[in-house]
Amino acid sequence: MAYSGKVVDHYEHPRNVGNFGTTSEVKERPDIGVGLVGAPECGDVMQLQIKVNQDTGVIEDARFKCFGCGSAIASSSLATEWLKGKSIDEGLQIKNTEIVEELSLPPVKIHCSVLAEDAIRAAIADYQEKQQKQQ
Amino acid sequence: MSVKLPMYLDHAATTPCDPRVVEAMLPYFTETFGNPGSRNHCFGWAAEEAVDQARRQVASLIGADRKEVIFTSGSTESNNLAIKGGARMYELAPAGSGKPRGHIITGNIEHKAVLDPCKRLEKEGFEVTYLEPGPDGIFTAEMVKGAMRDDTILVTIMWANNEIGTINEIPEIGKLCHERKVLFHTDATQWVGKMPTNVIEDNVDLLSLSGHKIYGPKGVGALYVRRRKPRVRLIALQEGGGQERGFRSGTLNVTGIVGLGKACELCAQEMDADRERLGKLRDKLENAITSRLDTVQVNGHPERRLAHMTNISFGFVEGESLMMACKDIAMSSGSACTSASLEPSYVLKGLGIGDDLAHSSLRLSLGRWTTEEEIDFAIETIVGAVEKLRMLSPLYDMHKEGIDITKIEWAAH
Ligand SMILES: Cc1ncc(COP(=O)(O)O)c(C=O)c1O
Repeated sequence: MAYSGKVVDHYEHPRNVGNFGTTSEVKERPDIGVGLVGAPECGDVMQLQIKVNQDTGVIEDARFKCFGCGSAIASSSLATEWLKGKSIDEGLQIKNTEIVEELSLPPVKIHCSVLAEDAIRAAIADYQEKQQKQQ
Repeated sequence: MSVKLPMYLDHAATTPCDPRVVEAMLPYFTETFGNPGSRNHCFGWAAEEAVDQARRQVASLIGADRKEVIFTSGSTESNNLAIKGGARMYELAPAGSGKPRGHIITGNIEHKAVLDPCKRLEKEGFEVTYLEPGPDGIFTAEMVKGAMRDDTILVTIMWANNEIGTINEIPEIGKLCHERKVLFHTDATQWVGKMPTNVIEDNVDLLSLSGHKIYGPKGVGALYVRRRKPRVRLIALQEGGGQERGFRSGTLNVTGIVGLGKACELCAQEMDADRERLGKLRDKLENAITSRLDTVQVNGHPERRLAHMTNISFGFVEGESLMMACKDIAMSSGSACTSASLEPSYVLKGLGIGDDLAHSSLRLSLGRWTTEEEIDFAIETIVGAVEKLRMLSPLYDMHKEGIDITKIEWAAH
């Protein structure tokens, strides 16, 4: 299958790869939200971590890891770029259709963008849950 | 030394034509273009002579008599003719009689060109047993024996598997079939031209081979049909001018047949040297990959397999991205990734390999012109790609942290 130039660019130079610590470390961090979505047998798993300034509610940094096809990698890489500097509320506004458009994903790859949106929501939900527990 | 890209490591899918084959074919397009069926002029005679020579070349490669070689359009047709033509000839009851027509034994990791004719016969009133191999992928005579019934009329088991290269117990299965007076066909597409073959000693009644897997042209192949002990008969699928002793009507593909003959002759001369050289390169490739990367597995039997190919699964990386990272190398992946549906290979699943590992597997098959430089490049590319993708893989992190990913409750989507 032919990939769009932007997908290839993200695939070859993925942005913000990594995490803010091991699974158990980030669990203890109230400023970090983790989203883990997808399933290995379906062929894609995304892990998205956001680091939020707890005073301002701004997403200061984001990291991803992705097991999946080139489009899944590109979708999650793009998500980290878009999340950085956004507020939690702004982050929730990101729609999968915007990812599809930006990366020119073909119809068979739309699920990759849906997964990226799911990962954003899961990461933000995890952060919000941790904040509530703290109070 | 630099290598030419993209590089071709998919010789189990098809091979380039040997230039000596092309050269042998050329005169038969323009000068010696006659129809071998034309009995009353020299154009026809010359073409017939060429076909006859090719028949001898094919027969000689497999230890057969030239009269036992039927030219076809390739292994798909040879398999169809052998399986459908054989079952319909040796049926126990005619179609439409409502009675069981006979029992057939095959394997569940056969090529589609065997499985689909068997499925067709099931619809027509035959019964089919699909043997399941063990994790090593091999079909044994013991397995066939266990499935034999009084009403078994045909056994069809491939000689070597096209995805994993494993070699089945063909001479032993053939012996069993002969003892039981059951017709025995083998799809030898991947085997012939790579390994010494003798249909008499190996107890084969029907054997399929294809030109384009042995450095010959595409669209031509042959079916060996035994003429003595037993004399095998078939119901033809294609009817018309009665060519090929009535087994396969249609004007012969003279250029293709000449090419197939030449390809067989070259294989007879070169297969031992090719096999030894390619076996070393394959081992180098495999050893480098399995020693430099953890969580990789070589699929199929470790020894009982063809020397020029390997099938390797890589844990924690996804198949499509692996192919993308290795885009300079033409090879096959374990996921028959057709547009929307990501179906993992039924052959790998048949060995009990999980969907995840089946998806992330590569089949690399070397050929007559594969060089050591190419193998070195392939090693670096594949190892580099897997390392890069594992750096990206959350599953690999979890694995390193000691988390069992099969225990995680993944949200299905
Ligand atoms: C084992 C096996 N059988 C049959 C075939 C089909 O052969 P052909 O392309 O000559 O029809 C192939 C090749 O794809 C094969 O590998």
